[in-house]
Amino acid sequence: MRSRIQTAVGTGLAALAVGLLAAAFFAGRPVHANAGDHEDYASPLEVLLSADGARLYVLCQQAEEVRVLDSASYAVIKNIAVGRVPRGFSLSPDGARLFVANSWDDTLSVIDTQTLVVTATWPVGAEPSSVVEDRAGKHLFVANRISNDVAVLDAQTGAEEKRLLAGRGSSYLTLSPDGGKVYATHIYPNPRPNRSELDNRMPPESEITVIDTARAVVADRMPLHAVAGVFHVAVSVDGRLGAVAEYHPKNLVPLAHLEHGGAFADTLTLFGADVGLQVEVPLDELERYAAQPFGVAIAPDKSRIYVTCGGSEMVTVIDVPKLLRFIHTRPHPASGSFAQDLSASSNYVVARIPVGHNPRGLTLARDGRRLFVANRLEDTISVIDTRTDRVASTIPMEGPKTVSVRRHGEQTFYTARQSFQGQIGCASCHIDSTFDGITWDLEPDGFGRDIVDNKMLEDIKDTEPYKWNGGNPDIPTECGPRTEKYFWRSEQYDNRTLADLAVYIRNLPPRPNRWRLPHGELTPAQERGQALFTRTVDKFGKPISEYNRCSYCHSGPKGTNQKLFDVGTRKGTDNSGLLKSAPLTEIGLTAPYLHDGSARTLEEIWTVYNPDDKHGRTNDLTKDELNDLIEYLRTR
Amino acid sequence: MKKSITIAMLLAAGTMALAALPAVGQASGVQKSHAARAASATPQAPAPSRMPRYRFENFTTANGLPDNHVFAVLVDGDRIWAGTENGLGLYEDGKWKTYTTKDGLAHRAVLSLALDKRTGDVWAGTMAGLSRVSGGRIDSYTQLNSGLSNDVVYGVSVGGENVWVATAAGGCRLDIRTGQWSLYNERNTPMVEIWAYAVSATPTKVYFGIWGSGVLEYDQKTGRWDKYDDPDGENEIVLFKDQGLIHEIVTSVSFVDNILWAATYFGDSRYDGRYWHNFLTKDSGLPSNFTNFVKGVDGKRAWFGTDKGLAYYDGVNWVVYRHSLKDGKPEMTVRDAQGKVTPVAVTTAPAHNYVLGIDFQGDDIWVATAKGLSHGIRQQP
Repeated sequence: MRSRIQTAVGTGLAALAVGLLAAAFFAGRPVHANAGDHEDYASPLEVLLSADGARLYVLCQQAEEVRVLDSASYAVIKNIAVGRVPRGFSLSPDGARLFVANSWDDTLSVIDTQTLVVTATWPVGAEPSSVVEDRAGKHLFVANRISNDVAVLDAQTGAEEKRLLAGRGSSYLTLSPDGGKVYATHIYPNPRPNRSELDNRMPPESEITVIDTARAVVADRMPLHAVAGVFHVAVSVDGRLGAVAEYHPKNLVPLAHLEHGGAFADTLTLFGADVGLQVEVPLDELERYAAQPFGVAIAPDKSRIYVTCGGSEMVTVIDVPKLLRFIHTRPHPASGSFAQDLSASSNYVVARIPVGHNPRGLTLARDGRRLFVANRLEDTISVIDTRTDRVASTIPMEGPKTVSVRRHGEQTFYTARQSFQGQIGCASCHIDSTFDGITWDLEPDGFGRDIVDNKMLEDIKDTEPYKWNGGNPDIPTECGPRTEKYFWRSEQYDNRTLADLAVYIRNLPPRPNRWRLPHGELTPAQERGQALFTRTVDKFGKPISEYNRCSYCHSGPKGTNQKLFDVGTRKGTDNSGLLKSAPLTEIGLTAPYLHDGSARTLEEIWTVYNPDDKHGRTNDLTKDELNDLIEYLRTR
Repeated sequence: MKKSITIAMLLAAGTMALAALPAVGQASGVQKSHAARAASATPQAPAPSRMPRYRFENFTTANGLPDNHVFAVLVDGDRIWAGTENGLGLYEDGKWKTYTTKDGLAHRAVLSLALDKRTGDVWAGTMAGLSRVSGGRIDSYTQLNSGLSNDVVYGVSVGGENVWVATAAGGCRLDIRTGQWSLYNERNTPMVEIWAYAVSATPTKVYFGIWGSGVLEYDQKTGRWDKYDDPDGENEIVLFKDQGLIHEIVTSVSFVDNILWAATYFGDSRYDGRYWHNFLTKDSGLPSNFTNFVKGVDGKRAWFGTDKGLAYYDGVNWVVYRHSLKDGKPEMTVRDAQGKVTPVAVTTAPAHNYVLGIDFQGDDIWVATAKGLSHGIRQQP
């Protein structure tokens, strides 16, 4: 239905139209649609070229399609419908099949690249986000974001053979050029191994999981210290240089120092024989930040590294010889990181190329002369001439030509331009509009006071007040003056932008809950847990006060009665013990728990932090009953 | 086992009959060298000459073992894992590496080990939780941070997507895909005592050895539990031989080829689904009724770790490897079907007679003892 052949002229006109739209938006005058307008956007997330370079495949997340374009004329060849919210795709090494990971219906679409038809749809794990096939055509590797693993499938039948433990929020996979390894990354930091009083104030730890493709086992884990949010990996053709895009949050100091570069370092970690000791290098420069690095590509001749920066709406270009000279002439830092050095990137970043809204995936032509960049929130593909480091043309994706309220709100959510020096955007902490799995010290509550766990945003509509202490009555207050003053340390949103941002956030849908059975049924354990959740007497027959029942504070469809309670979790650094009862939406995904992230797991909320039964009457429960309660909570 | 024994090899060895002579530590997938070694003996030879002989090389803290008190040993190809009282040791490329609580291990004392053969992950039961070692990373599950029923993990076994755990407060099953824990105790199984000491999981059945409550059997297909008790109750007498499980205090279970092997502190049992066969020192070659560990090779053969040495049973004959109880010198004795005991001259023995764990590496055997880890290197007859 969405397939159409565009003429070159048509494409050109469309490009012009989108270019004008983009220009208008960049000039601060977006062409707005009315609030009720349809939102059938394409949202190109990833791009690939066929092995012969003749076709450009574009993964359109919102349209839930793979769009196939002629890579010379950019004419649309076919739009292929795939599953819900596709997040990653890759070609088989022989180019005959295109695999698409559909993150919301837990399937892979297998597309025949000759016929451009979906030939199979295979069920896989929880929230598949990336897929690669090994060179032998024996195995497919699939990164599952929710189950935190990499599934190994029979490449011919799709039958799952096993799952390998990966990092938390396992999401992106890259096959090494020799086919011997798969590099897997993850978007949330790994759980802390041991519990201590300082747990919620420890630097995050992440990893690159290295999989031996021949044996299909984890061969190594490359540690990424103080990193939370790891995205694409690229490896040079000769296999000697690897680079991974990542966020390096500075969450152990108060979030009050944007003027001192105090919130995030946007970095690459480099590895491989060319590098020697693994090292982290910043992409940022004072007043020229590279917010939300995501996609990485290395030129075939290894002269350049290209990095999309979703929040800064640009592609950062790195001169590889200069980069290697920098890391080999500077003393290797004890931490393995130059992330704190804002003067470093001037030694190797040679261009910052403005592109469209929220650039994500990118791919280079085989000769390295053209770089294609998917601008997710602008429905365009930027084509960069790598000899001039300029956008040579912009390919429009089929879709609405106006910017809807939600689309404008989403652009506002992801962009970093609103913050001081363009350092951060909402999505820097709310990765993919979710959370980041770490705790922050926010300025409004005082330095060193009220350490808070970052919260999930999905389905927060009608759960006000917001903030852990319930200090903000609504989203515009949460996202407006407070954010502008304390986070962005910059100018105010205009009224329309703030309103649109609030509409976007209020309408973020919850993803499918993987713990729920079809049709809302509960397992026996979940049923037992539900009975405990709603009980009014304890196991000794003693009535449980209304305020100490799970189902009182966590009432309603979203699991909150929107009131404040003291559940006995106040720490010495907290200004008050009164906390808003937290919604239970997708509670199984959002560790750590409690207001300050001190509980690493749901179990610890009650086994460690509820000694006096203030957080519900639970100390009469046996261990298996507590397990049942948790099984039920995960269905919320 | 026979899968890898090629016809050509058998012919080269001179007789097809030789193929029936098994390698002692391998239920299946035997390497070619096993058959070649087996071919040099004959089934008709006297029992002592047919029994496996080993040269034991012993590891202690002197040559890198984390601690001399070794509770468990696990073979993963060329890598050897040792669960000791002071850390998890990994022997690889001739060197020991020690994982401790600083690496994320739940506790320094590692009581049990299990390998997920598909992924290479190692699961370690410790005195304070269950640890998963995957690609060098250790994630630990405790009764506080997870659904694990109790921190004292005596036994662990991997079966498909499930990890089965024997704890001081019953059994557990962790579904590693969903993260769901299922607990098994006196409330939902026939378990009388909840001190689960051992577990052996296979695709069809899962067996728990319970201290004071016999053997529990879980049918993977039906989800039903069954229970096997000592017909004599807790009396330490045997009124009728082979009437049932030898004793209620079960320390180890091993289910292989549809045969259950169970070890207790008062003798050992073999159960084929219909009949029990029990082993006591008075009527078998078992060196002691006090048995810490049993590992079945197949339905016929098994190894036993006792407080008085390491024993092998081939279905007919018994072999004991230990330091002599009289003079402490290494000894190997063979007891044939007629009860005749014949010494075999040896110069080495396992590090200590108190044997806590056993695993196989091709023809070789690894033995966890109270004072060191031993590598039994199979010797040519």
